[in-house]
Amino acid sequence: MHELIIEAGRTERQYWRDLWKYRELFYFLAWRDLLVRYKQTVVGVAWSLIRPFLTMIVLTVVFGKFGKMPSGGVPYAILVFCGLLPWQFFSTALSESGNSLVTNANLITKVYFPRLVIPASSVVTSFVDFVISAAFLVLLMIWYHFAPSPNILFLPLFVMLAFAASLGVGMWIAALMVEYRDFRFIVPFIVQFGLYISPVGFSSNVVPEQWRPLYSLNPMVGVIDGFRWAILGGEQAIYLPGMIVSVLGVVVLLLTGIRHFRNTERTFADVI
Amino acid sequence: MSEPIISVENLSKRYVLGRQRSGDGLRHALEGAVRNPLGWLKRKNGERRAKSEEIWALKDVSFEVKQGEVVGIVGRNGAGKSTLLKLLSRITEPTEGRVRLRGRVASLLEVGTGFHQELTGRENIFLNGAILGMTKVEIRRRFDEIVAFSEIEKFLDTPVKRYSSGMYVRLAFAVAAHLEPEILLVDEVLAVGDLSFQKKCLGKMGEVARGGRTVLFVSHNMDAVRTLCQRGLLIEDGKIRADGDAESVVEAYFAGLSRGFGRQQTEGYGLVIQKIVLKNDNGQETRQFRPGEDLIVEIAFDAQKCIEKPYFLIVIQSSKGNCFTANMLLDGHRPKALQGKGLIACRFKSMPLLPQRYTVRMAIKTNDGKDSVIDYEDVGSFSVTANLEDYGYKGEFRTRVSEATSVVIPYEWHLPDGTIASVALSVPVAASPK
Repeated sequence: MHELIIEAGRTERQYWRDLWKYRELFYFLAWRDLLVRYKQTVVGVAWSLIRPFLTMIVLTVVFGKFGKMPSGGVPYAILVFCGLLPWQFFSTALSESGNSLVTNANLITKVYFPRLVIPASSVVTSFVDFVISAAFLVLLMIWYHFAPSPNILFLPLFVMLAFAASLGVGMWIAALMVEYRDFRFIVPFIVQFGLYISPVGFSSNVVPEQWRPLYSLNPMVGVIDGFRWAILGGEQAIYLPGMIVSVLGVVVLLLTGIRHFRNTERTFADVI
Repeated sequence: MSEPIISVENLSKRYVLGRQRSGDGLRHALEGAVRNPLGWLKRKNGERRAKSEEIWALKDVSFEVKQGEVVGIVGRNGAGKSTLLKLLSRITEPTEGRVRLRGRVASLLEVGTGFHQELTGRENIFLNGAILGMTKVEIRRRFDEIVAFSEIEKFLDTPVKRYSSGMYVRLAFAVAAHLEPEILLVDEVLAVGDLSFQKKCLGKMGEVARGGRTVLFVSHNMDAVRTLCQRGLLIEDGKIRADGDAESVVEAYFAGLSRGFGRQQTEGYGLVIQKIVLKNDNGQETRQFRPGEDLIVEIAFDAQKCIEKPYFLIVIQSSKGNCFTANMLLDGHRPKALQGKGLIACRFKSMPLLPQRYTVRMAIKTNDGKDSVIDYEDVGSFSVTANLEDYGYKGEFRTRVSEATSVVIPYEWHLPDGTIASVALSVPVAASPK
């Protein structure tokens, strides 16, 4: 017989089993967000293409044409889009999952389920946008007659890295947002600065060698470099020490994110 | 086999109120604490201070429930009933104590949790089902049953934002009614919806209980508690005050209602409200009224200190808000002073109220209306019941009066063909006493 004991500070044991039991809810929440997202908009899903497309044009013109940044023999638009793809995923996942607990407050105060389902399903929702923009990258490459490098076989690894980074930061912010709504203002800042701090509009090769390990503390540096290396190959070599720093950074973010989330989760319903 | 399906031992829940205490209640205080970003810094320094701002929503509650029992949990607003259900359903964590549940739990603390306005009825059935813990297969299997129960077949593919509130509630309850847990926790969900649907829901819950499932049912609807539950639990100030058969617990609840309300509040003024009773035309104590009947609110007080020129306020409220009031701040008919034991009553003549549930709020103010001696949100409740046909209501939606405004004054339609149709909520001749 199913037995459950509720005590202060005791939820550990059944938590991960519950998470598995609620896997369908996870799917339903993501499905709901997708269904709702483009309701009552005129161009609908096209929005998930228009945004990266316009950003790509701006970045290509500013960094490629005006700034004359090196592209390593790749059409600048493609270089930018390879960086923009994971960046857009990260930034939308961050904003959506950061807000997710607060926007789902009505659920949190009325039903039990592992709260981790909520930010995780927003990351999944953002991932759908990512897939749509990825299709656009394919078109772009056909347009420029640019063949991907064989490294593309490793792309899934970097997609996973992007996923882990988004989830890690997303959980941190979601949990903090429950108590401190200040993060509602901080997140747009992170997203805005991040676009310029991360090597989205330029290749991270332009960063001076001695600064690169430090630069790689931004986990998105590793993700974006990885994407470029996998898709473009050739001169977009991976700077190994930097990559290691980034990967470690992501792992730390993810683990601490889960821990912090789990520690604060049980009081969500009281403070939200 | 005889082992209890729910056992609760010394369960307690403490809430710490924030510093910006506005007196608007727990939620506001909590909200204030959240909104104040530096609150946590100060709280660490002022640990001692924080202690005085603790509230034990539940304190040392212990009880056991056997399989197949239907337990009604009653108590005044803020007594801790909902907190208890929240703890049992794992929405929030207890501060102390322990609960053992031997079976799958589903909780229904609100009708339509997680309904999304933009989604259609069909989509919401799946979403809501998943939120309540059903699997996709389960929902699909029961889908037709749910739709039939909710009576909204025609609007299945319409976004729920276009639903009337009645349709919304029906759909939401239909999903919840088809959960199949071993333990069902239900909080005051029947307060909404029209009378006939309420009956249907009560019937469904009775069915669930007969199926051997265990139900914990929080309600203000004492008739529902009486008819549905074998056992009752009365919670007052976070503690269990009575535990026994439903009938006696309901009685204890009513007795508690009309006995000393929140002593601390009146301390400064030394005023104790001893009893508040509701009476009908014939002076009989009752909680059931018909439209057009008189309502007498009788207040027995004991003023240990003299209170000069107090203002009494009585407000009749429905779920939609205030209906009408008797207010000495406006009419000026106030007593010269309250001293010792006394009685004051107010007779509301021919209440023009539609069949709904109402609560009575009472306040006493002094010092030219600036200070509240007492202000009680819910000193009593009553329901108005009627077969509206007897009152000249012939519309096909008359069963949905719970969605309507509560007060109806006499009116007449002057139709284009010259007929005049008059409508009034007065006691119909046939049904009137004598």
